[in-house]
Amino acid sequence: MKALSKINSSIVPLPIENVDTDQIIPARFLKATTRDGFGKNLFRDWRYEQDDETKPKLNFILNQPEYSGEILVAGKNFGCGSSREHAAWAIVDYGFKAVVSSFFADIFKNNALNNGLLPVTVSENFLQSIFILSNTSTLSIDIEEQTITIDQIKQTEKFELNPYKKTCLLNGYDDIDFLLSKRTAIENFEKELS
Amino acid sequence: MGKTLFDKIWDKHVVEKIDNGPSVLYIDTHFIHEVTSPQAFKGIEKRGLKVFRPKQTIATADHNVPTLNQHLPIKDALSRMQVEALIENCNNHSIELYGLGHPYQGIVHVIGPELGITQPGMTIVCGDSHTSTHGAFGTVAFGIGTSEVEMVFASQCVLQTKPKTMRINIEGDLQKGVVSKDIILYIISKISASGATGYFVEYAGSTIRGLSMEARMTICNMSIEMGARGGMIAPDETTFNYLKGRKFAPTGEQWELKKKEWETLFSDDDAAFDEVLSIDASAIQPMITYGTNPGLGIAINARIPVTDTIPDEGERKNIIKALEYMGLQSGKSLIGMPVQHVFIGSCTNSRIEDLRSVAALIKGKKKNDSVQVMIVPGSQQVARQVKEEGLDIIFSEAGFVIRQAGCSACLGMNEDKIPAGEYCISTSNRNFEGRQGAGARTLLASPLTAAAAAITGVITDVREII
Ligand code: SF4
Repeated sequence: MKALSKINSSIVPLPIENVDTDQIIPARFLKATTRDGFGKNLFRDWRYEQDDETKPKLNFILNQPEYSGEILVAGKNFGCGSSREHAAWAIVDYGFKAVVSSFFADIFKNNALNNGLLPVTVSENFLQSIFILSNTSTLSIDIEEQTITIDQIKQTEKFELNPYKKTCLLNGYDDIDFLLSKRTAIENFEKELS
Repeated sequence: MGKTLFDKIWDKHVVEKIDNGPSVLYIDTHFIHEVTSPQAFKGIEKRGLKVFRPKQTIATADHNVPTLNQHLPIKDALSRMQVEALIENCNNHSIELYGLGHPYQGIVHVIGPELGITQPGMTIVCGDSHTSTHGAFGTVAFGIGTSEVEMVFASQCVLQTKPKTMRINIEGDLQKGVVSKDIILYIISKISASGATGYFVEYAGSTIRGLSMEARMTICNMSIEMGARGGMIAPDETTFNYLKGRKFAPTGEQWELKKKEWETLFSDDDAAFDEVLSIDASAIQPMITYGTNPGLGIAINARIPVTDTIPDEGERKNIIKALEYMGLQSGKSLIGMPVQHVFIGSCTNSRIEDLRSVAALIKGKKKNDSVQVMIVPGSQQVARQVKEEGLDIIFSEAGFVIRQAGCSACLGMNEDKIPAGEYCISTSNRNFEGRQGAGARTLLASPLTAAAAAITGVITDVREII
């Protein structure tokens, strides 16, 4: 995993609530056996008419060239539904580094963090301010400080981040290295259980 | 102070707690399937590792498998590759696989309990959100992502932050025609699709105690649909009777020892929950969803909310968008609306009791000409039981099509899909846009309500035909 400390970018706004993982990546694209290439099917059914890549739905945000950037901003309860990590892979593969919402589904949040994608939970008011300025402002996210700023109006909010996950993100550590270092403790635990 | 059921199991499985961070949680049983495991196998292989505890890992093929002609090679090349990768990975890592053609194959959350692999007090994970189903036995069971599957492969542990706990007490008798699916759809409609996010839910109360194991599984199964990390029910005589004699359940002296241990698994009287809800069972009616998340449900004889009167702007927009997708109108009743498809299956409602209840309702009747009805048993064992009990004859006389075991039209990964724009009344758990096929319109309901629609061809209050 790559280390991540600051993100400064324009945004892609998706002011829809309850965006579920079936929308982020429909089930028919889960047949791959690798982690790569899911970005081209991100929001597939919202992005294209009748599943046809040559027919983009022009009113969908990813098809509007004036919106681009490394930060996806979405309505509350983002990532609800299935545990498919493919949803996080698709968002990362498309080029996003952070998702901002006022509420995230649990499993999605874990999956995102496990792939170096930062989920930033902001207040509903802050979220609405971002949406209002969406095509004129940029966001600055500082992981060390745990702050997110709407640059144009200099409005800043603190966000929560588990200290363990923060260390992982800042250093690019991964959970499996950590768990492997615990193998002796795990083996001892097993002996006690039985 | 006393402990909750959840705390008793969780605490027992913590190997180590990281300061200011998650816990290293030991996993007793890890279920895997073809869709969310290949990248995890690749991951550990890249690190030069083998699966750490293969004997605690059980595999099946369910999400992506055809439900017709399972003895033939899978036609879809990508699906075939995924299933073949699972076979190869299980071989390389000495993991027991109940794959296609195996008498135990089936939906992962159906086979674990029916084989007696799922036992009270366990920690269970699977790369599938409906792992919460196993909580019906008094287990801490939850869905994980593929990175976490890789963690369990590497160490038999996951890193987890301890969730908050919620208790939902359900008391009283259920009305005629109301079953456990209606209870859970009712709860989700009350607290919304995100109402239990961050919590582990324990279901309790006289109504729950009165339910069979299979009915309890339906409730725990859909915990995730209100955002909960998992759902659970304290084990009792019903649980023990269900388990006794199953393939992998303990026997003899071992059984007695285990049972003693299981009998300690309940929330102490003075245990504190972060949140407590009370539900009056007699208020619950047969339920149906009208929208595109499982929280958008109503009593079958109620009307869809009038969108103009919804005060919260976000929610209003959300429902307007859902109704547009569903082709339904604000303020209208659903009763009498034609449906083109009925799907009876999925890890929510594909067990033998579900199919028995459907058979009892439709016996001697025929499906309406305008609907196609598909029954997909949850496992090979359920399919065999259907035959042994002669339910297959009732189904075929009614014009219902019976398929082979798998997830099928629950998520439309194989060829079992609902065509765009058509309505399907489904016993599954998700009504998201496109869940059952691009453009498909799903109405979630109980097996009884689905069966009623199969007979009449329109959305029907099942109480009128029983
Ligand atoms: S039946 Fe549906 S919900 Fe259950 S495991 Fe299969 S795809 Fe998931």
